[in-house]
Amino acid sequence: MATEAPPPPRKGTETDTGPAGPTTEQFVEVQESEEFGELRRTYRSFAFPLTVAFITWYLLYVLLSNYAGGFMGIRLFGNINMALVLGLGQFATTFLIAWLYSRHAALRLDPKGEAIKARMEGDA
Amino acid sequence: MSTLATAPVLLAAGDATTEHRPLIIGLFAAFVIATLAITIWAGRQTRSTADFYAGGGQFTGFQNGLAISGDYMSAASFLGISGAIALFGYDGFLYSIGFLVAWLVALLLVAEPLRNSGRFTMGDVLAYRMRQRPVRTAAGTSTIVVSIFYLLAQMAGAGVLVSLLLGIKSDGGKIAIVALVGVLMIVYVTIGGMKGTTWVQMVKAVLLIVGTLLITFLILLKFDFNLSSLLGAAADNSGAGAAFLEPGLKYGVSATSKLDFLSLGIALVLGTAGLPHILIRFYTVPTAKAARKSVNWAIGIIGAFYLMTIVLGFGAAALLSSKTIRESNPSGNTAAPLTALEVGGGAGSTGGAILLAVISAVAFATILAVVAGLTLASSSSFAHDIYANVIKRGKATEKEEMRAARLATVLIGIVSIGLGALARDLNVAGLVALAFAVAASANLPTILYSLFWKRFTTRGALWSIYGGLVSSVVLVLFSPVVSGGKNSMFKGVDFHWFPLENPGLVSIPLGFLLGWLGSLLSKEEPDAGKYAELEVKSLTGVGTAAAVEH
Repeated sequence: MATEAPPPPRKGTETDTGPAGPTTEQFVEVQESEEFGELRRTYRSFAFPLTVAFITWYLLYVLLSNYAGGFMGIRLFGNINMALVLGLGQFATTFLIAWLYSRHAALRLDPKGEAIKARMEGDA
Repeated sequence: MSTLATAPVLLAAGDATTEHRPLIIGLFAAFVIATLAITIWAGRQTRSTADFYAGGGQFTGFQNGLAISGDYMSAASFLGISGAIALFGYDGFLYSIGFLVAWLVALLLVAEPLRNSGRFTMGDVLAYRMRQRPVRTAAGTSTIVVSIFYLLAQMAGAGVLVSLLLGIKSDGGKIAIVALVGVLMIVYVTIGGMKGTTWVQMVKAVLLIVGTLLITFLILLKFDFNLSSLLGAAADNSGAGAAFLEPGLKYGVSATSKLDFLSLGIALVLGTAGLPHILIRFYTVPTAKAARKSVNWAIGIIGAFYLMTIVLGFGAAALLSSKTIRESNPSGNTAAPLTALEVGGGAGSTGGAILLAVISAVAFATILAVVAGLTLASSSSFAHDIYANVIKRGKATEKEEMRAARLATVLIGIVSIGLGALARDLNVAGLVALAFAVAASANLPTILYSLFWKRFTTRGALWSIYGGLVSSVVLVLFSPVVSGGKNSMFKGVDFHWFPLENPGLVSIPLGFLLGWLGSLLSKEEPDAGKYAELEVKSLTGVGTAAAVEH
């Protein structure tokens, strides 16, 4: 561990090997930078609304199951009714959202995050 | 066909499992021997705390996804959900959906930042910006409480289930099984640490998927792969008709039960991403990308599994009479093994005997993998959060910390054997829902505020953890789960005043509210520098790559 590194790494939150990480001042500087602000925005503006959306959609499904028995009982084809289709719809949207988020992360978040990480670790 | 099969099937499940007992015991023993071999192999490579807590942090996304599935899909999911579908039709399926959707919270908000900013436990992240000792104590307490509730439900369930599958009736036999499960989980965790536990969970996940696929295929074969005719046969045979395929048979019986289900649903969706035994799995991979990949695999595997339980549950309803299912086990927990017996050729057939034994062994593997994960989560948190960081104030050596972790494992194991044996005749199924409620009310608000809210303080963290924890536990204590209801834990007494069995509707908003209020009312300023570290690390992974070197 480099002796001149100002803040002693706290046990349990940092790796004990390799060169000492960036200083708190460097973290603050990066946090306030335009580049990091954009990474944060790109992440939050995607993940937060999507979270609200899928929780709302799930709650809507639960409320329909609870209080809209007639609607859920509508037969669509054979013995397949609205309730089953909406239930399977929850599976479909879960898979879809997982895929959408992962694509967004790989395309828009990873490159930005990796650039910042490389620079900070190179600096340190 | 069901009338014909009813009598012998009942016999096979109840009394004459003795006939299949050697085969079932043989498969149980094979699983135990294989997993012990894995454990010993993993134990040889477990030298540092990073090995013990995080398996060295070098599993791949796929391996971890498999292990997460093995950690998450408990006997309650496998046997409980298929049984609930077999008895209550659609409502059993409705129940399973929350368990899947919940993974999106983990994927979008928790897994990657947690991997980037913590090392071994949930407490690592919660305490990052805060005063270490009080917050680690709170995180450790909550971790241990959640894990013990969950563990207790699994242990008591294991006693009932395994004795049923083996045809053991005596009290001594049930206690012996609880003790056996307990001793095995102590051995897995103390010797194999996270590496051993992870491999046990992977093996179990593969067995569970293969076993379920096989039964699903055989059921579908009987109905020419026509889901509609399977559902029709289930509805007819259930005696409930079209209502069997609609919501309401279980959760829709009264206004209270509807509210109760809403409360349960919210706790399931928000609780998963706050379960400590799930959270520590994100530390077993080297990067946030790998953590993301693990959750994607887990969503795929768990989703596919719940889709198969639809076939399994409705298949059971179509092929067996509900009387048969209920008489074997009132909550339907043996519907899946009974269906396996039926599609294998019925009682007395070799095919039936083999399938019954296979599914029983899968259920046994499921229980063991889940209890090992729970034990590891609670002993890690005890050793890393409470012993090393609170008692020793961060000055414990690796050796001391590992010793503490192993000792904690043995202690937690013994306590859960004792409690599991005592609770063997109580209805403890409600404890799983309680574990999710505590995770959603105490852990999730604190995790989200820590990661995303600049103004969150130590007081806010303590208020949300203890507030969420205490309110959920107290509400359940005075709910029909414990007393005054039809299926209460204790009969003959009634001290309940909270009408719902699931506290989430009250305790989750309360946990979030208290975290916010506590922070506003803090005298201390939030540590802006620490938040900068946490936020930059959580989004970029600065400083995490070297977690393996030791």
